[in-house]
Amino acid sequence: MSAPNNSYDPVEVTPLHPDEVAQMLDAALAAIAAADSLEALKEAKAAHAGDRSPLALANREIGALPPAARAEAGKRVGGARKRVGQALKDRQAELEEERDRRALTEEAVDVTLPTGRAPRGARHPITTVAERMTDIFVAMGFEVAEGPEVEAEWYNFDALNFLPDHPARTMQDTFFVQAPSGGESGQVLRTHTSPVQVRALLARELPVYVVAPGTTFRTDELDATHTPVFHQLEGLVVDEGITMAHLRGAIDAFVESMFGGGLKTRFRASYFPFTEPSAEVDMECFVCRGASVGDPDRPCRTCSSEGWIEIGGCGVVNPRVLTAAGVDTDRYSGWAFGLGIERTLMFAHGVEDMHDMVEGDIRFTSAFGMEI
Amino acid sequence: MRVPLSWLREYTDLPEGTSARSLAARLIEAGLEVETVESVGAGITGPLVAGRVLEIEELTGFKKPIRFCRVDVGAANGTGEPQGIVCGARNFAEGDLVVVALPGAELPGGFAIGARTTYGRMSEGMICSASELELWEDHAGIIVLDPGTAEPGADAFGFLPLREDVLDIAVTPDRGYALSVRGVARDAAALYGTAFRDPAEAVDVTAAAGGGHPVELDPELCPRFVLRTARGFDPAAPTPVWMKRRLALCGVRPVSLAVDITNYVMMELGQPLHAWDGERLQGALRVRAGRKGESLETIDHVKRNLDPDDIVIADDRGPVGIGGVMGGADTEVGEDTRHVVIEAGHFDEARIARTSRRHQLSSEASRRFERGVDAALQLRAATRAAGLLAELGGAHVEPGYTEAGPGTEPGPVALDAAHPGRVAGVDYPRAAVVHRLEQVGCAVRADGDALTVTPPSWRPDLTDPNDLAEEVVRLEGYANIPSVTPRAPAGRGLTPSQRTRRAVGRALAASGHDEVLCYPFVGERDLEGLQIEAGDPRRTCVRLANPLNEDEPLLRTTLLPGLLKTLVRNVGRGMPDVALYETGPVYLPREGAPERAPLPGVDRAPTAEEREALDAALPDQPLRAATVLAGRREPAGWWGQGREASWADAVESAREVARAARVELVVRAARYAPWHPGRCAALYAVTGGGEVLVGYAGELHPRVVKAYGLPPRTVAMEIGLDPLLEASAPPAAPRVSSYPVAIQDVALVVGQDVPAGQVESALRSGAGELLEDVRLFDVFTGEQVGEGRKSLAYTLRLRAGDRTLTAEEAAAVRDAAVAAAAERTGAVLRG
Repeated sequence: MSAPNNSYDPVEVTPLHPDEVAQMLDAALAAIAAADSLEALKEAKAAHAGDRSPLALANREIGALPPAARAEAGKRVGGARKRVGQALKDRQAELEEERDRRALTEEAVDVTLPTGRAPRGARHPITTVAERMTDIFVAMGFEVAEGPEVEAEWYNFDALNFLPDHPARTMQDTFFVQAPSGGESGQVLRTHTSPVQVRALLARELPVYVVAPGTTFRTDELDATHTPVFHQLEGLVVDEGITMAHLRGAIDAFVESMFGGGLKTRFRASYFPFTEPSAEVDMECFVCRGASVGDPDRPCRTCSSEGWIEIGGCGVVNPRVLTAAGVDTDRYSGWAFGLGIERTLMFAHGVEDMHDMVEGDIRFTSAFGMEI
Repeated sequence: MRVPLSWLREYTDLPEGTSARSLAARLIEAGLEVETVESVGAGITGPLVAGRVLEIEELTGFKKPIRFCRVDVGAANGTGEPQGIVCGARNFAEGDLVVVALPGAELPGGFAIGARTTYGRMSEGMICSASELELWEDHAGIIVLDPGTAEPGADAFGFLPLREDVLDIAVTPDRGYALSVRGVARDAAALYGTAFRDPAEAVDVTAAAGGGHPVELDPELCPRFVLRTARGFDPAAPTPVWMKRRLALCGVRPVSLAVDITNYVMMELGQPLHAWDGERLQGALRVRAGRKGESLETIDHVKRNLDPDDIVIADDRGPVGIGGVMGGADTEVGEDTRHVVIEAGHFDEARIARTSRRHQLSSEASRRFERGVDAALQLRAATRAAGLLAELGGAHVEPGYTEAGPGTEPGPVALDAAHPGRVAGVDYPRAAVVHRLEQVGCAVRADGDALTVTPPSWRPDLTDPNDLAEEVVRLEGYANIPSVTPRAPAGRGLTPSQRTRRAVGRALAASGHDEVLCYPFVGERDLEGLQIEAGDPRRTCVRLANPLNEDEPLLRTTLLPGLLKTLVRNVGRGMPDVALYETGPVYLPREGAPERAPLPGVDRAPTAEEREALDAALPDQPLRAATVLAGRREPAGWWGQGREASWADAVESAREVARAARVELVVRAARYAPWHPGRCAALYAVTGGGEVLVGYAGELHPRVVKAYGLPPRTVAMEIGLDPLLEASAPPAAPRVSSYPVAIQDVALVVGQDVPAGQVESALRSGAGELLEDVRLFDVFTGEQVGEGRKSLAYTLRLRAGDRTLTAEEAAAVRDAAVAAAAERTGAVLRG
């Protein structure tokens, strides 16, 4: 603060005259309004609100007034300075917003440009479908059992009640392993995941509730519906008081989880040496729900207008198998099923040709991503 | 088995209005898998009538002889005048009765009959052959009807079985009885609750045996052997239309009356029969084992070397047939056979199965014997056939006959009446259980709930209580089985190994690799292409006895061949940027493994030793993960050029696998096929017991690239998962310090050959516990560092868990790290 200026007439100080103050205020407001950039506003601020601005100088004169006049003059100048300050602040905000708007507009990009720089990968849908099928049973309390792909004939056939010369043994189109000498090795590429039943029963404490997903082999040439290397999910339950009703319950739970609720299932009597009674399992076609049967105007490609889709085989574990696995057949009984993983994938996701599943074309695999 | 519905209906009266489709649905649920329901002749529409050939005019001057016939078709043509028809067949004469399709008729395949000018004459219709009417395959000419079959003009639908529904049933191996109309009809009757008329019961077999063709029998091979003789047979006698038609519907080609009769009776009753020319047999028929050096030309004109395991039928001169499979060509009935000996045997199932496989000869007979033929049917079937020879071929049946062998009796099975219900989870009344078992032919004796069930002679498959349970359950209906969710005890979820395997797959996919599932079949060429030397253990493979492809008889010992071929396929299809992975087993024969896996009994569990012996015979089947990459690892785009896949991506994919398994991986330079000798990394897992070699990664050798036709500089990695899974430990939580970081950068000059990995590990060990992380951020070579040397620039991130590090402490850590690097690698701190 500067000291009182004794050279002035303390009564009549021109800068504090109301007209003068009003003029200073008008000039300041006009300059602020006219500032069209933040730089111009900075200049206007220095000129009209800075230390050397008319209003600041006028403010200094207040002390020179007689005490009676000071209050009014102070109010007048202070009010003007406050209005200038507010105007500056408002204009500052306006100009900043305008500057930002302009800058962000200039920074705009084409957000539709491709963005995938990181390489993308995918798991094979057979793997992910197998995991999903497995997990449905794991959620019911089942564990996952495993066995080798090159398997002893004893596990693949004999222990499963395939008698040595029974036609069922030749029906399976088996790949046989040659012994180093060229003779018989007693080994095959497993024709089904069922040998895991015997391995699981031999290795585990009863009761046993397991599923076994795995690769299986038969001497079929690759075509649209066959492949020599395919995948099954085996299921096995051995416990006290187990019946076919529990088998049906497990299959129904699987169908509901995998394909949706409200689908009927059907058991058809069949034959497998390792189950007795045996059944093939069909589920109602989840596309047409049977509406295509006998209606040539509404053909269904999913079920070939049969109304039913075969999903696997099952049955009550033949007590002879339990015997070969050391299970007390008076106390325990069980059931087993084998579900086709390829079939499940074909139906659940509309895969039409087996070639797509075996050729490893990345266009096919990448469509399925990480999980299914 | 193809079953004409009209034939089946002869043995049971199905409820009125039962359609072929509804019958098929019932049979399917009960275990007879009807694959198709065929409506044979559905494409035929009239007018189709009987006609008498009045006059034949031979037309000449054409490429083949042609006849113009005037045929009396009664009033069927509306005029009553003879119909003029051009015909190319020659197997008929004036006065013969034929089948005429008049204009307006339509034959199978949409073949519309009209009046048209052909060979210069107006032909108003067609004289039909059996093939044209889909009756049976016959290219010898048109059908000549037996005289008196019908009057000219009579509607052919009235006297010819033109339309027929046929069920084609895929018979499962346990249901041999269903390989006959008799067997299917019995099941149909049981399902509908209608009476069953057994055609076998209709055959009169009251006469005592004796006086037939002599036989010497080994009852081990053939428990029952029957011969019946018919003499004075007319070899020219035609097979009647109804029989030919039925055989054709069953899928059997009509041959000659004698042969057709044996086939007909087989379809009817299920018993395979053989017809011998009695004149060509010398002496007694002997049913015995084959002898080394014996051979026989069977009726399919293939010469077969017989085996001591074959069942041979021989006469004085030697083998004349392979029992239960196929007869010999020399002794079969022929055009001049008048003396027919009908053979009906019950041969040992297992031997027939082996013989059929050994000779790769599956006949209608062998298929039935393998699946089990009615053990009590032989005399009835032979008698039925002999009767038909008499009835249709003018023969007289000799009253004496041969019936040799003790036969086989099915043993009784003890069954708790509640057992079928316990199996199914359905409460079946005892009466229902007994009724169903009786329906399939069992004799049931009940003592309260304790049933003694004697299966019928045609059900050799019924030996165990569960077999009987299945019969009850399937006839009561599988549809009645309720759905009850099983209540498993609390499971433990996936094992750590199973979870880690999933994690490995996800990690590789998440880092940009596509999973493929390759066939495990490889050939020598694939391994040579990988430049794997002859003595390398990877050249010792499991070999298949019957590979699909002769070029790929081996099982893989490395995942790479399949992956590389799949990579080439993708590149060939226009996808040049490929990163693939596979996880799966390789198959490694075990040294010293037994030649043959043992076969323990199945009447008990194998002992621990037996189980060990079983597994010891199998190849080692360790799990592997492998990746192959070619083209750009990161795509080009508006952001820049992208990046080519290099050896580093292969090594990194191994690190992805190891990270997913939570195992530390150490990388060292190596030379190993199929990799580029200067760009190959050996991968070591750090385990509790030290470092274990688990795989290799890097750029492939240029010769491998050439052999497989790969893009240049294709890279690959293969790593064993089993040691990683073994070394995998649950993650340990780090102590995250919130004290300030101290960063120290050091540039070290080392010899060009010093691996960076070695420098880094020296820095780590020198820096000690205060080192949080070390990162190589620059590699520089040039004049400034001197010839044969390189500069490695590292950032050391230091931090203490309990205090702020002072500048002096940080500098001391840095100096210790550098000192360790200097000592171990000769590194010099760059000024």
